[in-house]
Amino acid sequence: MTAEISGADILIQALNDLGVEVVFGYPGGAVLPIYDAIFKQKRIRHILVRHEAGAVHAAEGYARSTGKPGVVLVTSGPGATNAVTGIADALMDSIPLVILTGQVGTPLIGTDAFQECDTVGITRHCTKHNYLVKDPAKLGDVIHEAFHIATSGRPGPVVVDLPKNVQVATATYRKPTIQALPHKGYKPQVKAETALIEAAVEMIAAAERPILYTGGGIINSGPIASQLLRDLARITGAPVTSTLMGLGAFPASDPQWLGMLGMHGTYEANMAMNQADLIVCLGARFDDRVTGRLDAFAPHSKKIHIDIDRSSINKTVRVDLGIVGDVGRAIEDMIKLWKARQHRPQDMKPWFERIVEWRARQSLRYPASTKEIMPQLAIRKLWEATHAKKPIITTEVGQHQMWAAQHFDFDAPNKWLTSGGLGTMGYGLPAAIGAQLGNPKALVIDIAGEASIQMNIQELGTATQYRLPVKVFILNNEYMGMVRQWQDLTYAGRYSESYSDALPDFVKLAEAYGWKGICIENPADLEAGIAAMLAHDGPVMVDCKVAKLANCFPMIPSGAAHTDMILEPDEVVGEMDDEAKALV
Amino acid sequence: MHITQEATERHTLSVTVDNESGILARIAGLFSARGYNIDSLTVADVTEDEKISRITIVTTGTPEVIEQVVAQLDRLVPVHKVTDLSVLGPHVERELALVKVVGTGDHRIEALRLAEVYRARVVDSTISSFIFEVTGGSDKIDKFLELMREVGLVEVARTGVAAIVRGKEAL
Repeated sequence: MTAEISGADILIQALNDLGVEVVFGYPGGAVLPIYDAIFKQKRIRHILVRHEAGAVHAAEGYARSTGKPGVVLVTSGPGATNAVTGIADALMDSIPLVILTGQVGTPLIGTDAFQECDTVGITRHCTKHNYLVKDPAKLGDVIHEAFHIATSGRPGPVVVDLPKNVQVATATYRKPTIQALPHKGYKPQVKAETALIEAAVEMIAAAERPILYTGGGIINSGPIASQLLRDLARITGAPVTSTLMGLGAFPASDPQWLGMLGMHGTYEANMAMNQADLIVCLGARFDDRVTGRLDAFAPHSKKIHIDIDRSSINKTVRVDLGIVGDVGRAIEDMIKLWKARQHRPQDMKPWFERIVEWRARQSLRYPASTKEIMPQLAIRKLWEATHAKKPIITTEVGQHQMWAAQHFDFDAPNKWLTSGGLGTMGYGLPAAIGAQLGNPKALVIDIAGEASIQMNIQELGTATQYRLPVKVFILNNEYMGMVRQWQDLTYAGRYSESYSDALPDFVKLAEAYGWKGICIENPADLEAGIAAMLAHDGPVMVDCKVAKLANCFPMIPSGAAHTDMILEPDEVVGEMDDEAKALV
Repeated sequence: MHITQEATERHTLSVTVDNESGILARIAGLFSARGYNIDSLTVADVTEDEKISRITIVTTGTPEVIEQVVAQLDRLVPVHKVTDLSVLGPHVERELALVKVVGTGDHRIEALRLAEVYRARVVDSTISSFIFEVTGGSDKIDKFLELMREVGLVEVARTGVAAIVRGKEAL
């Protein structure tokens, strides 16, 4: 007979059995039994953040850089509601997280008790699944199932709401088998149907202008999927493009690489999508930032879509062949079949000749300046100084994020952590903290904007407390740059509330938190500033003052087709019609 | 700018789910969050030991929207199976309504006559009112209510649709 232990101890034991090493959290009244259980053990490390949003983004950074699920522990009421943005972010970007939230005792639920909120109700639409555990005897099974759901199929966040009396009450705990988990109907389809794989291989073999359109699903599928993608590209000879989320799955240094596609993608990637006769979408989801105007999206192409989430297929773009399954395994099956049938691709030379012509437009070029630091140059210099160290890059959201995606070349997966789906300002600093904890020896840099960094700037304290040598590289143009850029394009340059007055002195701010602060103001000081950042073995915040009115190009204006890219800054100021404004 | 509406069709879906608290909110919430229509939704436990509930949903949308509704429902963790009865083949749909009709004299006689035509049963009666119980397809009930409106309909309670496929095959 197994002895009875408290719900809090059951939780800790289950987390141990699941191999959890780090929990990001913030204590409060409704989770005190769990914090006491944490105090009494040594195996699980708790990282005290400064705000619950920071806890969730840190767990996301940890999960995305290590491939392990991220775990969060917050209290009831405001603890849970503060976590909601991060939870929604993780759902949109398919990040495996388990969020443990405290709840008032079961007799108090529904009475508007102190720090009570309907966490399960609030998080229903921003989680893959969620639970309210009312019986400590079921807690162990629920925790195991929560991890299984978070990490299998299309990964995502799972909330487990834990009433305080359930944490205190006792029950027995036994590590469950998968068969014993509560939801027997949950069985994600991992292996794609063979007949569909065969059809896909034949379509690729027959294509004269194929393109591999890859996304975050490749990275979520694991490092082997990235390797298999390279093999698929090699044997088919097809050019490769990627969404923002998929960067790093295919090496940016490869001649078959076209760069990112979509709203701020390269001219060659978007033109190749537009002119392809076959689009093979691998673990991406035809997001509106990728497709532009739907009725003009890749009009001459047949489309294959491989995705583990059935609901992503035919959601926005009708495809000719939809395949449900893990993208890594599907690519593996395709490669095997391709080889077994001894396929040779069509002659890709004419297709690449056209791509070379598009590349000649050099869509990522930017005006040179000796007076101001061009933000693109700052990113490029950062890449030059760090790429040999294989850094992990996180970002906030805005122009700096797009410049980083365009100008920082990634050759490996799990090195690029950015908020793609939800577009959460304030993501980068806590994500960098999580990534650094998961990769203690790695160089971790948050490329930030001066507006975004202030969304979760309190997390500077977390890095200090745990001696995490993260670097924050701020491209400071004093504007919410992407907002201002759209106001240029859409509202005839009426900069409504996009200028940040009263910015802090970031160097002093860094120093106040025990960080090193560096300010770079002149192009001539850029390399030395970056070198000083890298030379310091603790956390460093760089305030890099860049050209204030620089905009991020190329750009497909909202509501436009891929062929209508803006490549030059002087094509910008204007006013859009209502239909286009609604699509922004 | 104008917001355009596309042509829609009506589909009846059968959804089997784990019988647990919150599942109805999860399903209804999915429809509201994604802007799908619910014309009718019924739910009841249909097993003795396995704790499985059967939900019947009548929804309208373009074929693309219906495909998404099915895929999104299927994605929910407690959902076991989603079947689109409207594409599967012939099926039986039934709905129950309780209909209160108030009237005297000729109105009363006419109400009873109509009830007989529609095989509606009188389940309550006072000197000036009836409550009828009527079952059938939604169209039949709609028609019954339309006629009763003429003779004194004052209140209606409807269950929503329960549906099942014809023939020996079971879901």
